[in-house]
Amino acid sequence: MHNKSVAELSRELESGKISSVELTRELLDRIKAEDGQYNSFITVTEDLAMADAKAADEQRAAGNANAWTGVPFAHKDIFCTNGVATTAGSKMLANFVPPYDATVVANFRAAGAVCLGKTNMDEFAMGSSTESSFFGPVTNPWGLNKDEKRVPGGSSGGSAAAIAARLVPAATATDTGGSIRQPAALCGVTGLKSTYGRVSRYGMIAFASSLDQGGTMARTAEDNALMLNVMAGFDPKDSTSADRAVPDYTATLNQPLKGLRVGLPKEYFSDQLNPAMEQQVRNAVKEYEKLGATVKEVSLPHAELAIAAYYVIAPAEASANLSRFDGVRYGYRCDNPQDLNDLYTRTRAEGFGNEVKRRILVGTYALSAGYFDAYYLKAQKVRRLIQQDFINAFKEVDVLMSPVSPSPAFVQGEKTSDPVTMYLEDIFTIAVNLAGVPAMSVPAGFVDGLPVGLQIIGNYFEEARLLNAAHQFQQVTGWHQKFPQ
Amino acid sequence: MTISRADLEKVAVLARIRLDDEQIPALENDLSNILSLVDQLSAANTDNVEPLAHPLDAVQRLRADEVTESNQREAFQAIAPATESGLYLVPRVIE
Repeated sequence: MHNKSVAELSRELESGKISSVELTRELLDRIKAEDGQYNSFITVTEDLAMADAKAADEQRAAGNANAWTGVPFAHKDIFCTNGVATTAGSKMLANFVPPYDATVVANFRAAGAVCLGKTNMDEFAMGSSTESSFFGPVTNPWGLNKDEKRVPGGSSGGSAAAIAARLVPAATATDTGGSIRQPAALCGVTGLKSTYGRVSRYGMIAFASSLDQGGTMARTAEDNALMLNVMAGFDPKDSTSADRAVPDYTATLNQPLKGLRVGLPKEYFSDQLNPAMEQQVRNAVKEYEKLGATVKEVSLPHAELAIAAYYVIAPAEASANLSRFDGVRYGYRCDNPQDLNDLYTRTRAEGFGNEVKRRILVGTYALSAGYFDAYYLKAQKVRRLIQQDFINAFKEVDVLMSPVSPSPAFVQGEKTSDPVTMYLEDIFTIAVNLAGVPAMSVPAGFVDGLPVGLQIIGNYFEEARLLNAAHQFQQVTGWHQKFPQ
Repeated sequence: MTISRADLEKVAVLARIRLDDEQIPALENDLSNILSLVDQLSAANTDNVEPLAHPLDAVQRLRADEVTESNQREAFQAIAPATESGLYLVPRVIE
């Protein structure tokens, strides 16, 4: 059962071949037996999951089932879950039990899906390797046969690793600079970052509010569509939520791709890209040509400025968002504060990890008097130029295709000593967040036994087109069905 | 671009993060590297370019001035480090 997709499990439940209680039990046992080597979960909610599975079976017996009723999955531990610890991978929130559900969580609950627990992540989603979690690093299920353990990517490394290890068929995730696409690529799963505003941010612990966006991770594009059907939609509780109709993302999966105009941004096939990876990505593009797509080179002239703009804007927003963690209302508080300033400064010094502190300090610096115009305002102007690049490209083509990451999963510890080396992991993903457009990572081959992801970028609110393109690719390739040994 | 020790200490005060002396050299180095990366921005020509704060250029939505939330003080204070009589407790501020 653990090898099956959400769509397959949904059909098995519908046919009565298996109950949600049996399925949930099987996966919980699998997590218990296997997750010691991956550390992909921070919290496993066994009792709640079994109760939800029982309720789902009753709902189905009463004839009130939908595609998700009784299907197990997991939430990234950045989505607030009423009554269940929500840590964002931080000591600061290690004891935080939210008194409310994120909208995304409420949506899955309403659909009758069965949440098995909360997945591990880089602290406050700041990272590209899931090594900065207070709860320890996550190990990629791929490459375990090699001498050294590999990272799963990040920040949604727990979600990606749990799916690759077949502990869950699907998991929620978030993406501020590549945090869905890069771990999906490094773990050989399919992930989608939706258009900014498409998925509610209510109850999703904030990192950089103008960039953060929830999204989906599963083995197949079809499962991503099923997830997005539950997650997408207007939410009055999120002031930046898009008030637009939500299509049925599964309805267009089978449209033929004949005539699809594919653009290859030349800046994303640079010499920073591992040549063997490039070959896999170009092979994937050839599959699209066989499916009837036309391919041309395009340019995103300001692409090389994306990392620089991001590392002003994201830390600036983070420094403001994370000012709420003060040891007063919830979360960690230092022992025996001597005065109010000691309470604040020691709580934050002890509660945040190094990468989070670095970003708060950089952001505070960029926003401080004398530097605001040179850094923050300048970065916002460059952000406009980067957005304009995408707008111009989508006048010529329907989708853009590129690698997701410059190289496959790297060895744990390899990039932790220099933050800038880690930041460069996101060179192909970060501009998408600055522009706010949707993008996917789709399994597209292997290099040295490690998965390679194909990035497909779409115009605003064209998630259906991306899912269609990914689904058609998965009808003629088998990369998404490979499992780690 | 490098950040001086004095600037770093000032920023840490603004960010309310206590720094121990032994952390400072490594942080100076890391932040200087990050700022050098960010300095690429200065080469970009942004004359007559409007800053972009929100990818969809959306403006703040307004809603009717009606009560939509109920008071949940007990639920919120149940997870607080220290409360008394419905108040959050902090060290004494005024002697």
